[in-house]
Amino acid sequence: MTVRELVDQLELKNWVPDADLEIPVTGGYAGDMLSWVMGRAQSGSVWMTIMSNQNVAAVALMADVAAVVLTESVAPDEALQKQAEARGLPLLSTPLSTYELSCRLGVLLADKQSV
Amino acid sequence: MSKLHLYYEIDGSDFHAAGEASSDVKRVLKQLNFDSDTVRRVAICMYEGEINMIIHANGGTVDVWVEECSIELVLRDTGPGIPDIEQAMQEGFSTATQAIRELGFGAGMGLPNIKRHSDQLHIASEVGVGTTLTIRVVPSG
Ligand SMILES: Nc1ncnc2c1ncn2[C@@H]1O[C@H](COP(=O)(O)OP(=O)(O)OP(=O)(O)O)[C@@H](O)[C@H]1O
Ligand SMILES: [Mg+2]
Repeated sequence: MTVRELVDQLELKNWVPDADLEIPVTGGYAGDMLSWVMGRAQSGSVWMTIMSNQNVAAVALMADVAAVVLTESVAPDEALQKQAEARGLPLLSTPLSTYELSCRLGVLLADKQSV
Repeated sequence: MSKLHLYYEIDGSDFHAAGEASSDVKRVLKQLNFDSDTVRRVAICMYEGEINMIIHANGGTVDVWVEECSIELVLRDTGPGIPDIEQAMQEGFSTATQAIRELGFGAGMGLPNIKRHSDQLHIASEVGVGTTLTIRVVPSG
């Protein structure tokens, strides 16, 4: 599954229209403490968080996550959006909770694997 | 490849620029065709060190030495120093303030992350003088 398919299937809002969404998604990681994400998220994961400050962009890029999804209708700070735009980081959002989004992502990834 | 040297000054008052030096190192290593796992490990170590300098030590300097068989990061600051390095290395130990925690830092995971993603980590620190981290990553590819 690619980030684009994820955006389409879960109707995620895309805050960086120019970002490359043809990136493979291989898993997910949920968390708001940046050093946990940095240490534990696998590359290619979709990172689900309610943190919306600019440090999110740097962590996402260092950890090589496929995309960031802000849950619970959280909107990115202006500085975060700017950083994501400058670096072509897929920055998405959803009204779903982190739990609900995790469940749906899990189903999508399992479906793709069994095809 | 001859030894390549990169040097950065980290501004301790500028949270906005946090991660800029790390991003630059990442870009350079990618350009030099290091494998993605190696680049990622260096980027994580450098970022955690850079952020620690900004949060705990009011900035500092970073020297990066790149060779085919080894990437070495030396992060120096003249901050407050670490009184008990063993304690600081434990997962969950943090002296970060509430304001810093609200930004998502202060989980006490940065130094353990560096340890886990590097092949060698040496911390020299003296209270009131400063801290020097020497980190070595051996390319996996
Ligand atoms: N450069 C430094 N100068 C002074 N103290 C430091 C420095 N780096 C780390 N420390 C001390 O070591 C503790 C642990 O650092 P570590 O990076 O593991 O966690 P943290 O920075 O508090 O939180 P996190 O990295 O999870 O955001 C810090 O809280 C701080 O007390
Ligand atoms: Mg830290």
